[in-house]
Amino acid sequence: MSTHPETSSGLSVSGLAEHEVGRRRFVGYLLAAATVTGAAQLGIGLGTPAAAVVPGVPQPADLYDLNDLLTDAARPTANLIQVVVDKDGTASFELPRAEVGQGITTSIAMLIAEELDLPLSKVNVTLSKARPELIWNQMTGGSNTIHAMYTPVRVAAAIARGALLDAAAIALAQPHDTLSVYEGAITAPGGASISYGELATSAAALVTKVVDVDLKPKSDFAVIGTPRRRKDALDAVTGAKQFAMDIDVPDALPAMVCRAPEHNGTVKSVRNQKDVEAMPGVTHVVTIPTGVAVRAGTFGQCINAVRALDVEWNPGSVSGRSDADVLEELRGIERPMLVPDVDELLGTVTDAVGGLTGGLGAADVKTLDTDFVFYTRSGSPLETNCAVADVRADKATIWAGSKTPIVAVESIALDLGLPPTAVTFNVVESGGSFGRKLFWDAAKEAALISQKCQAPVRLMWHRADEPRQGRNHPMATSRVRTVWAGDNILAVEQQHTCTATDYRHGFGEILTSSAISLPAGVSNLGVSETIFVTSQQVPYDFGVTTQGLMETTSRAINSGAVRNVYSPDVRTALELTIDKVAKKMRLSPVEFRLKYAKEDRLRRVIKQVAAAGSWGRSIPAGTAQGIAVHQEYKGYSACLVEIDCRPETVNRKVYNGVTGPRVTKVTFAIDCGEVINPKGVEAQMQGGIMDGIALALTASTHLEDGRYLEASWDNYFYTRQWNTPPDVRVFVMDPVTDIPGGAGEAGVAASFAAVACAYARATGTTPTSFPINHHDPIGFEVKSFVPPVPASPTDGLSHTY
Amino acid sequence: MPEYTFKLNGDKVTVDVQDSERLLWVLRDVLGVRGPKYGCGINVCKACTSHINGKAFNPCATPISALDEDDEITTIEGLADTAPGDGLHPMQEAWLDADVAQCGYCQPGQIMAAVATVNKAHAEGRSVTDADIDEIRNICRCGTYVRIREAIKAGAGKMG
Repeated sequence: MSTHPETSSGLSVSGLAEHEVGRRRFVGYLLAAATVTGAAQLGIGLGTPAAAVVPGVPQPADLYDLNDLLTDAARPTANLIQVVVDKDGTASFELPRAEVGQGITTSIAMLIAEELDLPLSKVNVTLSKARPELIWNQMTGGSNTIHAMYTPVRVAAAIARGALLDAAAIALAQPHDTLSVYEGAITAPGGASISYGELATSAAALVTKVVDVDLKPKSDFAVIGTPRRRKDALDAVTGAKQFAMDIDVPDALPAMVCRAPEHNGTVKSVRNQKDVEAMPGVTHVVTIPTGVAVRAGTFGQCINAVRALDVEWNPGSVSGRSDADVLEELRGIERPMLVPDVDELLGTVTDAVGGLTGGLGAADVKTLDTDFVFYTRSGSPLETNCAVADVRADKATIWAGSKTPIVAVESIALDLGLPPTAVTFNVVESGGSFGRKLFWDAAKEAALISQKCQAPVRLMWHRADEPRQGRNHPMATSRVRTVWAGDNILAVEQQHTCTATDYRHGFGEILTSSAISLPAGVSNLGVSETIFVTSQQVPYDFGVTTQGLMETTSRAINSGAVRNVYSPDVRTALELTIDKVAKKMRLSPVEFRLKYAKEDRLRRVIKQVAAAGSWGRSIPAGTAQGIAVHQEYKGYSACLVEIDCRPETVNRKVYNGVTGPRVTKVTFAIDCGEVINPKGVEAQMQGGIMDGIALALTASTHLEDGRYLEASWDNYFYTRQWNTPPDVRVFVMDPVTDIPGGAGEAGVAASFAAVACAYARATGTTPTSFPINHHDPIGFEVKSFVPPVPASPTDGLSHTY
Repeated sequence: MPEYTFKLNGDKVTVDVQDSERLLWVLRDVLGVRGPKYGCGINVCKACTSHINGKAFNPCATPISALDEDDEITTIEGLADTAPGDGLHPMQEAWLDADVAQCGYCQPGQIMAAVATVNKAHAEGRSVTDADIDEIRNICRCGTYVRIREAIKAGAGKMG
């Protein structure tokens, strides 16, 4: 087994444009500051992407995708990011993005180390507080950080380096062009040397200057593109890494919320407030819109108080409804297919598809309809929703993970009745996000509780709160109609329908603002549709290709843009359909995908996994290979899995866990353009694979009578060690473009689809709903709804090992 | 409230807490030892995994009253001191070599579980196996499982 990222350039790639990566000149600023400070505007370096000439009918996302949209939204903000070199010779940068485990603090530090010629260990990247002046440019999402930051960060660092060189030329009394720079020291021909630290003050500008600067050519890269460990790895393995609940804020006592049994139920009355206030450690009991909050000396005391509260509840937002009702609602809003059935197609669409059917009779044309259901999933990370808040009469300070801190500040200020300028939002590194930190649910609750208690609080959700009251990955149906004649695909239509995805974190403002500049055909769409059409692509040449989205208008079910948003479900539905069509055409899944792939970059990753994963090798009955691809975030991925569906594997027992089929081997290849840190990309792909396995096989929530049954990790079955493939290989392809793509979400879709395709091939049955175990009898004892959180066990010492 | 005394990362500590208080909150909220993480509170996610007298256990499911005065509790903060030399524990080194952590939230618990799993296998006179690792229940929502497996095998090789 190899788990190291394997870069591959062995495959010949025909038809790929040669990219001459020469020096590129950019303008930035040398700021007036105490020590040398290079600065740049976000948005530079990202010209309108070349609209590749693709055969077939281009979809909107071919020309203009979500990354372009997020980047364009940021372009007009005339505000700067700054790289500061300090007197101790280190460089520091406050990153206006959220680190949630995706590794961007390391990647951004690598960019600075590269341009400054400074060891990576001397670059400190921290997370910026909410900076309202950045307007839309402090949102982390859409796997966009590296794409948007790649050039501005390098420009700022290069300007700082230039100023240091200018100062060194004076200090060393040598011409500028005779100096050499190595690891933060500048050396003259005679050997005299001076460090960045020594120059940091003299190199500083007295007045801000506009500076133009060359970036390092790719041929000189010594850091970018090399595998580097995470900068926070030592803190992570020693327990020193601080998350929101680990920060010491004086007097910020633990707080928890007693929540309704029904999803989004509200408080009618509290029957025993005084009794609970008198419980050990309890300092406050206050009602907030989402429940009854308790503040106490320890979280253990909070749990006891939450369990003791006797609350009369109002019904929730989906009272009396179950999964089947939600599915029925989706069925009710599904759009009729635009592509007609075969006979009508021959009569009316022949012209539109350019005569592809010329000479063929009706008997040669075939139609296949497929229909899949994707049940609701919890997007919760391991760190539950949490935030520290200290709200005073005239100001508020918050510490929390957040991908949208500016909108959070504005919203929370409104909730508190304070001006936004009175709210400080400190962005803390998060224990995962997967889209969850797009919302500030916990920060808002913490602020309201602190205001009501007139005391600082450390608010944490109980795990049981997460699947029951937290935000979900919406339930969806996805229908695909494929029409083909001989070996020509004439039309593919996919209609995706789901419960509403909540984008009220400010994404909407970006989109609204950006809509006027969108290419024709993309504008005038609703938020969800815009996200959909700018993120979804059919990466195959399929004649007339249509993908559409319909969402419910009700926000009755808490939702959010969970990792990779629509793509995992959309891809899985389409890739499963493709396998069926390929079989009818007597093509293997790999042959079919190579034949119809739109782009050589996609063909390259397919060939990579097929070769490295030994596509077509002989394996026992009941096991099978499956392959799937994905194209998003300016990148291309292919995933080849082997799955074992034999009874002895499926029926193996694990206490309090789901076993079922086991994915035994995964070969994954990603071409995400220019790669900053191959190790980081590999990690993201591995994580995406684990998500894909869970989505296909084990992970969903069940709505029953207005309440979600799942309440913890022994109910909600995310991938565990016993589900993990023993053999996982990730290939990070050598870049064929100098444009960096996104990696954080890129691994999920192809993995989910490949596992589903492998399962279908191993069992001979294509599943029609996911995860495949959703309709199994509930395999756990449902935890109590009143009280809403379970008591902690007391038998810990009976389970030592 | 009653007083309880136990050894924590080599030092004797005394706390004045309710007898039902779970050790996780004694560590985190009373003593400020925040390496062990909360992920469920019911001994299923294993994020708080620590050691008692060298064996893995979960403080979220252990009332303070279950501890004896001579019980030795080791959290991630004290792990390095249980290994020879001044540096990190070999398992922590293996974690760094494999660059296991992503968000890092589960990793203290994962490392403590890994050390106990290897110790158990070694006590039985054998090497740690894939089947042993399959039994580790600690959740990693970032999905670092593959690198955890690699690190456990490498770390086991360096543990006595």
